Formats: sequence, structure tokens, C-alpha cells
Amino acid sequence: MNGIPLITALTFTPLIGAVVLAAMNFQNKELVRRLALGFGIVSLLTAGLVWKLFDPASVELQFVERHAWIPTLGVDYFVGVDGLGLLLVLLTAIVTPMAILVSWKIEKNVSIYFSLVLFLQAGLFGTFTAMNFFHWFIFWELSLVPAFFLIKLWGGPQRSPAATQFFIYTMAGSVAMLLAFLGIYLATGTFDFIRLAELARTGELASALNAKLGWYGLTREQLPLVIFAGVFLGLAVKVPLIPFHTWLPTTYAEAPTATTMLLTGVMSKMGVYGFLRLLLPLFPEQMRMILTPLLWLAVITIIFSASAAFAQKDLKRMLAYSSINHLGYCLLGIFAVAKFTGNDAVLATEKAAALNGVFLQMFNHGLTAATLFMFVGFLEQRSGGLRGLNDFGGLRKIAPVFCGLMGIALFSSLGLPGLNGFVGEFLIFKGVFPLAPWAAGLSVIGLLVTAIFILTVLQRVFNGPLNEKWSNLPDLTLTERALVVAPIVPMFVLGLWPRLVLDVITPTVVRMVEQLRF
Amino acid sequence: MTWIVKNLWLIPVLPMLAAGLSALAPQRCRRFSATLAIGSMVVSFLLSLCAFAHTLKQCGHEAAKEVFNFEWLRFAAGDAGILKLGWVIDPLTAVMLVMVTFVGLLIFIYSLGYMAHDENFTRFFTFLSLFAGAMLGVVIANSLLLLFISWELVGLTSYLLIGFWYHKPSAAAAAKKAFIVTRIGDLGLLLGMVWLYSKTGTLLFYDNGTGCLETSTLAKAFPFDDFGFIPLLGIALLIFIGTMGKSGQFPLHVWLPDAMEGPTPVSALIHAATMVAAGVFLVARVFALMKPDWSAMAGPHTLVSLPPPDATVVITWIGAITAVFAALIAVAQNDIKRILAYSTISQLGYMMLGLGVGGVAVGMFHLITHAFFKALLFMGAGSVIHGCHEDQDIRHMGGLRKSMPVTFATYAVGMMALSGVPIFFSGFWSKDEILHAAHGWSVSRGPFYLGVFGALLTAFYMTRQVCYVFFGNARNSRRKEAHSNAECGVRSAESKLETPHVVSYKENGAPHESPAVMTVPLVVLAAFAIVLGFIGTPVWPWFQEYLSGQPATFDFGKLFQWEILSLLLLSSVVVAVGIVAGLWFYWLTPVGKAAEADALERVRPDVFGVLREKFFVDEIYEATVVRFNVWWAWVCDWLDRWVWDGAVRLISHLVLGLSWLNRFIDEFVVNLGFDEGCRRISRGGGLLSRLQNGQVQNYLRVIGVALVALVLFLIWGGGK
Repeated sequence: MNGIPLITALTFTPLIGAVVLAAMNFQNKELVRRLALGFGIVSLLTAGLVWKLFDPASVELQFVERHAWIPTLGVDYFVGVDGLGLLLVLLTAIVTPMAILVSWKIEKNVSIYFSLVLFLQAGLFGTFTAMNFFHWFIFWELSLVPAFFLIKLWGGPQRSPAATQFFIYTMAGSVAMLLAFLGIYLATGTFDFIRLAELARTGELASALNAKLGWYGLTREQLPLVIFAGVFLGLAVKVPLIPFHTWLPTTYAEAPTATTMLLTGVMSKMGVYGFLRLLLPLFPEQMRMILTPLLWLAVITIIFSASAAFAQKDLKRMLAYSSINHLGYCLLGIFAVAKFTGNDAVLATEKAAALNGVFLQMFNHGLTAATLFMFVGFLEQRSGGLRGLNDFGGLRKIAPVFCGLMGIALFSSLGLPGLNGFVGEFLIFKGVFPLAPWAAGLSVIGLLVTAIFILTVLQRVFNGPLNEKWSNLPDLTLTERALVVAPIVPMFVLGLWPRLVLDVITPTVVRMVEQLRF
Repeated sequence: MTWIVKNLWLIPVLPMLAAGLSALAPQRCRRFSATLAIGSMVVSFLLSLCAFAHTLKQCGHEAAKEVFNFEWLRFAAGDAGILKLGWVIDPLTAVMLVMVTFVGLLIFIYSLGYMAHDENFTRFFTFLSLFAGAMLGVVIANSLLLLFISWELVGLTSYLLIGFWYHKPSAAAAAKKAFIVTRIGDLGLLLGMVWLYSKTGTLLFYDNGTGCLETSTLAKAFPFDDFGFIPLLGIALLIFIGTMGKSGQFPLHVWLPDAMEGPTPVSALIHAATMVAAGVFLVARVFALMKPDWSAMAGPHTLVSLPPPDATVVITWIGAITAVFAALIAVAQNDIKRILAYSTISQLGYMMLGLGVGGVAVGMFHLITHAFFKALLFMGAGSVIHGCHEDQDIRHMGGLRKSMPVTFATYAVGMMALSGVPIFFSGFWSKDEILHAAHGWSVSRGPFYLGVFGALLTAFYMTRQVCYVFFGNARNSRRKEAHSNAECGVRSAESKLETPHVVSYKENGAPHESPAVMTVPLVVLAAFAIVLGFIGTPVWPWFQEYLSGQPATFDFGKLFQWEILSLLLLSSVVVAVGIVAGLWFYWLTPVGKAAEADALERVRPDVFGVLREKFFVDEIYEATVVRFNVWWAWVCDWLDRWVWDGAVRLISHLVLGLSWLNRFIDEFVVNLGFDEGCRRISRGGGLLSRLQNGQVQNYLRVIGVALVALVLFLIWGGGK
């Protein structure tokens, strides 16, 4: 498949769409919506094609395109996907059309709105496929801009401070990361992820850093740790990891439904992706040095966010904290994998299990969380903006389909076996337990609290006597049903037959684990 | 591999398919949904019989366990990275399959009548079928993971069915409580499972010598040395925590009485006969972990003089304590279903006790007999409730034996089976097995005494219940109310919250016998509650031998061995004492009015009060665990708002302050100085520029004046 630049096509399809919609500024709203959906579907088909043509047996990067871009800086246009990138590309391609369809009723500046959504999609595709830091960072930052405007212009009552906080907070993290990478560049002269990973494996990265950057008498161990901390900060804000998470609940709560879906479904995965693509291959030594604090951070993230979710009265804020909780399991898996185990083959298997779990969890969380926010969006449309835990009651009586389907999504989020969420969590726990038993043992508390608050939602919103105020609340329309069934079907499929995804990602995982051993 | 081994998966999958299809069907497709559910259950039952027959044929052979494993997923290279699931067919599976499908089928049929007027009839059968599928999945699983998956699905359906009348806040709360309390146990199970997985590298129970329950694997994973037993003990205890949640063992029993908010067929099927027994079944399934055979694991060359401690000690004590604890509470309850619920907890305690002291066969025998007579009792209670217009308070009943003869007769059989009335009832034999094993337990005699005391209590509270419900005079205060309401045509808002078929039921006031669709299953179960005892008597211990894969022998003489006979006599006496005491209190002086204090309450009001309030366990949890959880959530939220976010705000305010300072310096220090300087310069420039205003006359004037001044200067002699 060297003939067709599929990855470029993938990234540029939404970009072209964004430009077309922004430049033409159509007045015909229906046309704009259809055009946006059209671009979304083309992206989905392209991603599907990549999925189909991807060779799961190969561990190498596939669909590689490499052209010199700024030769003096060593910047290449270098894109490609492995199992990890492919999974997230697919997730982006699935969530974006959902977000577009959910936004169908938006009437304000439709053309700009959809242009921004497509722009965001392009940024995400770029982030998940770029293999050169310069190129990657452009997309990483680029995706912030449309998100900022989407929140600022179409968000809830507190949108303006929320958007600003979101932008500045993540920007601050990114600046730290950028500085760290400039340091790396100065030391090694390359931005290439693959090359940098090789250097890290041979130990040249650390020695180069020490040779080229002798800062303030930092020792051989400290200097790479400082660089590591810079990158870590940028990624930790994005995921987010407690205590770098405070932008998230407000942002998710204030953003319009479609943006929240994209934020939680895909953008939160950018951080985890960064951990897997940058931190784990480049700084395994540094992660090992502070492994225990890192594991504590993950455990605290898991427990605190679940408990904080239980304290929320606003459904969107609750789901926001739940999102932090779910990604906490991903980080738990990643940190545990960094543990030094030498050449122990058994533990290598456990690491592979944990990483597979992390990959699956990313995909599953994207699907489930986006669906849940979509449901809350539907609820808001019907209630005129109310979405408090105590604003409803007994909705099952008048909207059984709504409650049944949302119930499935909630149970998927809870990690019920048979649905997608369980497989990822099981593999993470299976892998983490032998590597860090105490961390796994403490983290199950998060699973318990998650169950408590999800069942509280079911109890307060769906069960109990019908709140007479909503006796005319309509059930899901046929279109809405189709829209929610689309992600619910894969929830069942992945829950019952996870091989569909695992077979594609396992070779990548195994290779990552092998490379970690050095 | 025979056909049935290969296709055992059909047994759980058929009800699940039925559930899936009827989930898609609209509410009005009642007949479709019920037919599908019952049809799939019939087929599953027939297949279970095939499986049972298959194990009978295999009985005594070496290959008593046949398995079918398949690859579910692959997460790493090599064999260690393959996660397999599978199913197993052995006597344990087969006997559970037959029990679950048979009792399930009867309860499905019974539900046709019981739920006939419910508006969510279709959903009810959807959930029931899903439950049956999941439960059968637990039974056939040959992998702890598959068992766990089914186990959780069982928990889900239990949640859905307890909360079936979701408009009742109490039902919604009970459903949530059930799910969460069992989930606490499940997390223990999850940890035990991943620990076991990391130790043995497999979750398959049996896999031709490499399964995690097989001696060779266990011996490799848990070497026989000073500390080799600790991980195994840890795993076993974690798994046992899971079974405690599901099987309502103290202190995780609190959800089960509340679960009685569900429709009565649900209580019969899930919360008496099958699901709650799943915990007991799991202990039986992984008994090799609970009581490892160290001498086999250590190999022939190592002498195991004193086997290391194992989990059965904990299982035994928890079981014994639960058995007595719940029986004590049952004595003082007034809700017909709650009495049975506490009785179920107590009997589950007996099963655990039996497993702990006597092994798989002892516990399983009681599980099977209990499933039949407890399902019978619950369905009888359902029939009573149905006849009394949804009133569940035994103080409002009385004298029902005349109006509900079939229900009375079958209920009496169930009551005698549960109490353990000698010789003719199954409960006698299975309970006696447990007591016998407890008597011979080497560790302590305590559980035996607890068991005997529990048996006494059981006979007592069941007699009390039967006296209240079926004897004495009718104290139908509530029914009169319902009757007068119906006459006036007024229905209060409260009764709308009641179960839907109160509304539709013909309210003629008098209690009435239930329709045949409900009574026939009762009669069938009553028959089994009697005959099942005879498959496990000391004379002919067929059941026990069948489970261990040996042919049973008929030995009439065993009955007269003093050791066995003495215990038989002892338990007969204990039961007799319990029943006589019950009759003494509640039959000799029949309960007069509903509001009257209980006979026991008059004797010891303080003790009775504590028992009626269930030892305040719920209140203690409310005051500690629940309150802590709410407080903790509040703390997390507070930390989030004020500490984490506070730090961020602080930084942002610092930045703002810094920029304000910057601006201040800019505007008032730098700018002001600069501006002032500029202003002066420009003022100076302005002054100077006046000089250059381009008017030649001025220039000439200046030149003239300057010339004059110069001349004067020179004249004064300044030019020297």
C-alpha cells in the first residue's frame, strides 16, 4: 500500500472539510450539516480501510510516509500507524460522526461550528499518526484551538472561564513538554520518535543529555529526570492525573455535548497515547526511579476521582470525574509496566496483559464515555438544560427505551462482564497485580465506588416514583435510537469477542514490552 | 468427545438468546416472551438431563470430568499469553444443571400466574431468562473467568429483578444495596482470581493436568515449604469473600432480606434456590484451593505430618455463625418473606459449614434439597401473598388453611422439610449429614453446637410462622380495608405504589386459593422435598458417592451404628423440641389480634426487640460504612474544590497579581518616568520649536538684537 498516502488522506480529509466549511460560510444550514457528516463518514471509511489493510502480524510501523520537511532542523513529515495509533485513529473516526450527528440541532454559526469540529478531528488524526515530535506537537497544540472556540462560543453559562482555564492549563503543560523536547533536540539533534526510542534503549539519550546540557551542576541521574518531568507534566495535565485535573470537570460540564464527547472520547486519550509513545519508550529508567510515587499518583487518581464523582450532583460533572477514574486505570497499567523485571518471561507476559488492557481500556472508555455524554445531552434537550442527579426520578416509566439503553452504557462504564469495559479492566488488573500487588489491591476500591455512583444515577434518575414534572418527557426518537445503538452494538461485540481488537494490538504490545526490557 | 460435551454451551445460551429476543420485543408481546422463556427452559432442562445421564454413564470411570476449552483472547506471545475459557461436565455440574433448570422451569410456569396482571410481564420474562442463562453459565464454567463473568451477570439480573417494581423507592434502594454489597465480595473474588492467575498461569479449572485445580499445577505454583501455603490461603480467602457476598454470609448478608422487595417468584428462584447458592457452589467447585491436598501436592517423598492451615477453618466458622445468627433474627420477624429470607441465610450458613467440615458432598447435598424446599416455601408464600392481596405481614393473616388448602398442604411439607422432621423429609437427611460431619471435625466442637442450636431455632421459627399464617382465626384487617376501598371505588395514592396486580385483582375481600398454574408447581416441588432425602441417607449415600464418582452401596446396617444413630436421634429430639416450643407459644394460645404483642415479646421484650431489629446490623453499617463513604466523597470533592483547584487558583491569582504588579510598574514607574522625560523633552522641543517658526522677520529681529548685543559686548571690551 505504498502507492496511496492513506494516512495523509486521513488527516487531510477533515482538514479540507474544515477549510471548505469555514471559507464558504454557507447560509444553508442543512447543507453544512450534511457536508460535515459527509466528511466525517469519508474519514470513517478511510479509517476503516486502514484497519482492513493493516497487517496485524507485522510489528512494524505501517502506511509509513516519510518526506523531508525542514531538513535543517531534522524535521521530517513522518507518519504511520502501529496497533496503538490505529486503534485511536479508529476511535476518532467513530466518535466524530457521532459528535456531528448529536450537534444536528445547533443553529448558531453552523458553518463555523462544524468547521471547528472537523478541524479538531484533523488535529487528533495528526497527533495519532505523527512520528516526529515537531510534526506531532503542531497537531497536539492545534487540536486545542478548535476545542477552545467550541467551548467558548457554544458552551454552557460558565463557558468563558471554562474555556480559558482549559486552554491555559493544557497550554502550560505543553510548554513544559516543549521545553523538555527542545532540550532533547539540543542533545540528540533529532525529533524522530523511533530514533529517540532507539537512543533511549542504548542509553545514548541519557549520556547525550548529560554531555550537551550541563545545567546547574545537575547530576547524571537528575538531568534526565528533569527532562522527564517536563514531558510528564505536559501529558499528566492532558490525561489528566490528579492533581493536574482541575480544568477537566468544569470544562466537560460547560462544553457543548458534542465537544464533551470529543474531549472525553478522544482528546483525553492523547495524554495516554503520549505516555505510551513518548514516556515509556524514552524514559523507562526515569519512570523506574520514581515508580512508587507514580503508582501512588495513579492509585490516588483512581480512588479520589471515583469518590469525588460520588459527591457530584451534576450528571456531566459526575461523568467527568468518572472519566478521570477510568483513565487512572490506564495510567496504573502504564506505570506498573515500567517496573524493572529483567528478563523474567512470566512478568513480561503480565506486562503484555497490562498494556493490552490499557489499549482496550482507552478504546472502550472512548466509546462508552462519549455515549454516556450523548445520553446526558439528550436528557438536557428534553429537560431544558436540567441535568442534576435529583432533578428527575422514575423516568423508566415514561422513557423505557432511553433508560434501558442508557442503562447498558452505564453498566459498560461500571465494567460489567459481557460488555466492553470489563475486558480492559480485567487485563489491567491481571497484569498489574503481580507487578504491584498493593496498587492493584487499593485500586479495586475505585471499582467499588464506581459501582456505587453509577447505581445511584440509576436509582435517582430512572427508578422511584415518577417526578410529575416530566410526565410528558418523550422517549428516544427513532433517529436517536439509531444514534445510540451504533456505539452500543460494539460494546456488546467487544465484551464478548475482544479478539477483534486484541488481535490487532497484541503484536504492538508485545514489541513494546520487549523493548522495555533493555 | 460425545455430543453433549461439545454442545453443553447450548444450555446457558438458549435462555440467553430467549432473553435477547424478548428484550427486543415490545411490551405487548406477552405470549411470545413467556413462550420463548419457558420453551428455552424446557430445552435446557432436557439437555441437562442428557448431561446428567452422561455423567451417570461415566460414573466410576477415570474420566469423570470432561472439558471443552477454547481460546477467548490472546494478549501476549506464546502459550502463556492465551486466555482460554471452557466448560466442564462432571457430577457437580450435572446435578446443579438439573436442579437449576428444573426448579427454574417450575418457577417460570408459576410466574405465568403470579405476574399475569403485571404491565411489565414481557420484561419480567426477559430478565428471568437472562438470569437462567447466566446462572447456568456459572454452573458449566470450566474457567474461573467465565464463572466470574456469569457470576456478575447473575448479579446484574438479580439487581434488575429486585428492582423490578422500580417505582417503589424501597425496591430501587434494595436493588442498589444488593448489587453493591455483593460487589464488595466480587472485588475480593476478582483479586483472588488475578492472584491465582499470576500464580498458576491459567484460570481453567481442568485442562488435562494443567488446570488450576489440578494437583500438578498446584504443586508447581505453591511449593510445599514454610511459606508456600500463604499465597494459596490468601487466594482461597479472597475467593471466599466473593462467595460470602453472593451467598449472604455474615457480615455481608444484609442485602438478602431487602432483596425480598422483588416479585416473589424472583425471591424463590434467585434469592432462595439458585443464585444465593452460587457462592456455595463456587466453594465446592474450587474446593481444591479451599482445602488443598498437601500430601498429594508435596509428592510421595515429602512427609506432610501437619498440613498447613487452609481456608476451611474460616469457612466453617463463618458458616456456623451465619446459621445461628440469621436463625435468631428469623424468630422475631413478621414479614412472611423476610422470615424465609433469614431462613435462607441461615441455611446457606449450614451449607458453608457442611463444606468446611465435611467437604463437597455434604454441602452440595444440603444445597440441592434446600433449593427444592425453599423454592416451595417461597412459592407457597407467594401464593399466600397473592391470596391476601399483597399483604405480607403474618400478623394480618391467620386461619388460611381452610381457604387455601393446597397451599397449606404444600407449605406444611416445605416447613417440615426445612425444620428437619425425621425420616420422611429431605431436610432431615441433609442437615443430619452436616451435623454428623461437624461432630467429627477435628479443630473444634463449637460449630457442631452452633449447628444443633440453629436446628432448634429453625424448627421453632417455622412453626411460629405456620401457626401465624395458617392457624388461629382470620385477622384480616388490611383485607377489610382493601375491601371497603374497592367498594367505595376509592384508591389511595399509596395503593398505586403497590404492586400492579393489586389493582387488577378481583377484590372480594376473602382470601382465596391461587390458580392451578401456581399450585401445580407447588405440588411437584412438595413431592421432591420429600423424596430427595432418600438419595443421600446413610443407608444409601448415592448422592455423595455420585459426586465423588463411585458407585453407591446399599447398607441398611449403617443406620444402626451408634455413632450415626445417636446423631439421628439427637437431631430428631432437637427438632421435636423446637416444634413443640413453637406450638406451645403460638398454637396453644392462638394469636387474637393483629396488633397484639408477640408471645415471645411478652416473655422477653428486650431480647425480642434486638432480634426484631436484626441485631442493628443495618444501623451499624449506616452509621459507619455508609456515613464514612459519604464523608469521604465529601472530602474528595472538598479537596478538589479547595486544595487542588485552590492551588491552581492560587497560581492563577499569583500570575494575575504579578501581571498587575508588572502593569503598575509599567504604567507608574517605567511609563510614568519615561512619559515624564518624554513630556519634558517634548516641552523643551516645543519651546525650541517656537524659535523656528519660519518667519523671516523674527529671524531678522533676533539677528538684529544679537548684533546689537554683540556690538555692545565688544564695545565694553569683552573681546580682549
